[in-house]
Amino acid sequence: MSPAQPSAPQRLQPRGPSWNRRAWNAGVLSACWLAAATVVLPLALIVWHLLAKGLPAMNLAFFLHMPKPVGEPGGGMANAIVGTLILVALGAAIAVPIGVGAGVWLSEYGRGRFASMVRYTADVLAGVPSIVVGVVAYGLVVVPMGRFSALAGGVALGILMLPTIVRSTEEVVRLVPRSYREAALALGAPRWRTIQQVVIPAASAGIVTATVLALARAAGETAPLLFTALGNRFWSLQLDQPMASLPVFIFDYARAPYEDWNRQAWTGALVLIMLVTLLSAVLRITLRRLPGRS
Amino acid sequence: MGTPWPARPPGRARRWAFADGAYRGLLTAFALFVFVIAALIVYESARGSGLSVRTFGWSFLTSTEWDPVAGRFGALPYLYGTLVSSGLAMLLSVPLGLGAAVFLAELAPRRVGDAVAFVVELLASIPSIVYGIWGLFVLAPFLRTALEPWLIRHLGFLPLFEGFPFGIGMLNAGIVLAVMVLPTIVSLSREILLSTPRTLREAALALGSTRSEAIGVVLDAARPGILGAVILGLGRALGETMAVTMVIGNASRISASLLAPGATMASVIANEFTEATGDLYLSALIEIALVLFVLTLLVNAVARLLVHWAAGGRRDVAGTA
Repeated sequence: MSPAQPSAPQRLQPRGPSWNRRAWNAGVLSACWLAAATVVLPLALIVWHLLAKGLPAMNLAFFLHMPKPVGEPGGGMANAIVGTLILVALGAAIAVPIGVGAGVWLSEYGRGRFASMVRYTADVLAGVPSIVVGVVAYGLVVVPMGRFSALAGGVALGILMLPTIVRSTEEVVRLVPRSYREAALALGAPRWRTIQQVVIPAASAGIVTATVLALARAAGETAPLLFTALGNRFWSLQLDQPMASLPVFIFDYARAPYEDWNRQAWTGALVLIMLVTLLSAVLRITLRRLPGRS
Repeated sequence: MGTPWPARPPGRARRWAFADGAYRGLLTAFALFVFVIAALIVYESARGSGLSVRTFGWSFLTSTEWDPVAGRFGALPYLYGTLVSSGLAMLLSVPLGLGAAVFLAELAPRRVGDAVAFVVELLASIPSIVYGIWGLFVLAPFLRTALEPWLIRHLGFLPLFEGFPFGIGMLNAGIVLAVMVLPTIVSLSREILLSTPRTLREAALALGSTRSEAIGVVLDAARPGILGAVILGLGRALGETMAVTMVIGNASRISASLLAPGATMASVIANEFTEATGDLYLSALIEIALVLFVLTLLVNAVARLLVHWAAGGRRDVAGTA
């Protein structure tokens, strides 16, 4: 077409991409759709199998009875459920004060190189494999005590919870508006009272959420308990003795060559997930009702 | 980062200086504790592995012999198992995770994206032992009866897929690990994609790009952050213990075939630590923990720097590893 001619009207119409670009586009977009569907699939499958295999063996006895010896049908994991609660509480007793304190410090005083080193260290701690934490807790507690104990398991879980609590506490405390602090200071409150009685209560809902998240994660941990709390087929509420826990029970029962035990492992897994969800729900509701003070 | 405090007025009474100082000191002590714990981890794993390090030196990492009876320990099969199972997991999860992240950030309506992202984050809160029994009782029979015989029949000429369909083994571990790291990759990549400037997309579309070409531009801009998300996922896969221990078969040898059972650094510690008799055996296992610790430390340090840099220091990634 010569440039002298006025262009035909249809030349002004946008032609749109060529067919091969359109085909490539359609291919890429549908691949993304497919990928998203494939990612959701395993969750659906896991939930389905948990319910299908875990529900039939679930009954009251599972929660109230002790494990039975091999061959005897029935029995439950009462000691493991209680053990998990105790171990998580022990871990929380270690990690919550340190974690919340360090998080508040990072938000309220954390400036300069030392603070960024603390942040970075907390982030790095979050990436330490849980089995390594188990080995460390073994060296720190089990070796000096001379035996496996609930205390060692609590220390391991506490170390695992700490980084999440530190970083999330910092985030939520930082969100408290500056005007709160200004108002408290203007009323003549010293800085420590401002933090303790104004800033922390204002952030308490967020701190509780973050803590509960960390507790729920720790409740499902198995690896750090294998050679710290070890496991126990009997009732044990003593902190200096080996203690049963739900995840370790599931592990042992799943690997055992008895079909009945395998069934109970599925039920245990379902109970573990329910326990974790229930624990977070109950803790959130009750702690939020407390007067705004922590 | 500054503190959210107004400057102290000049004439302010110093009455509370002591209480303020004490309170600050207390909080600083808690912050120091974070260091103390990190230092304890390093110290304990270094001290515990001392005997093994002195006995074997570098040959610990290059020897394939793991013989507790003879007291000779080499960690190469476990190093290999960890790297191969995690590599396989990344091979499966990176394309899937990226595709899903692009779908959630760019294609799906915001509400659908949020809903699916929530479901994906639920995956992250499932304890690893649950993935383990799923891999052992559901995935393994499927692999043994369906996928692995098919692979052997059609691709069995490759050393990668020769052998017998055991169900448990490297392939199973790779798949389970892939499912476990997907939430990390998907949710972080999605956030990074959402944080890229809108103008990038608009400019690309205005120049006549198709949607997929515009997405290519966005992906290019988000590359460092996505790389960080992927490496964080890798860090998680390297240290994963329980699920892998249950599905990998626990054989301390190196085989080319993905269908063969193997073992990883984490799984050998989980399996043998309580049975380790003798100081050298225990020390060798602790040295494996040390190697694993250093490996994940390197991987996570790189990942966090990348994510931090890509998000301009805004986004918090503490809870996602």
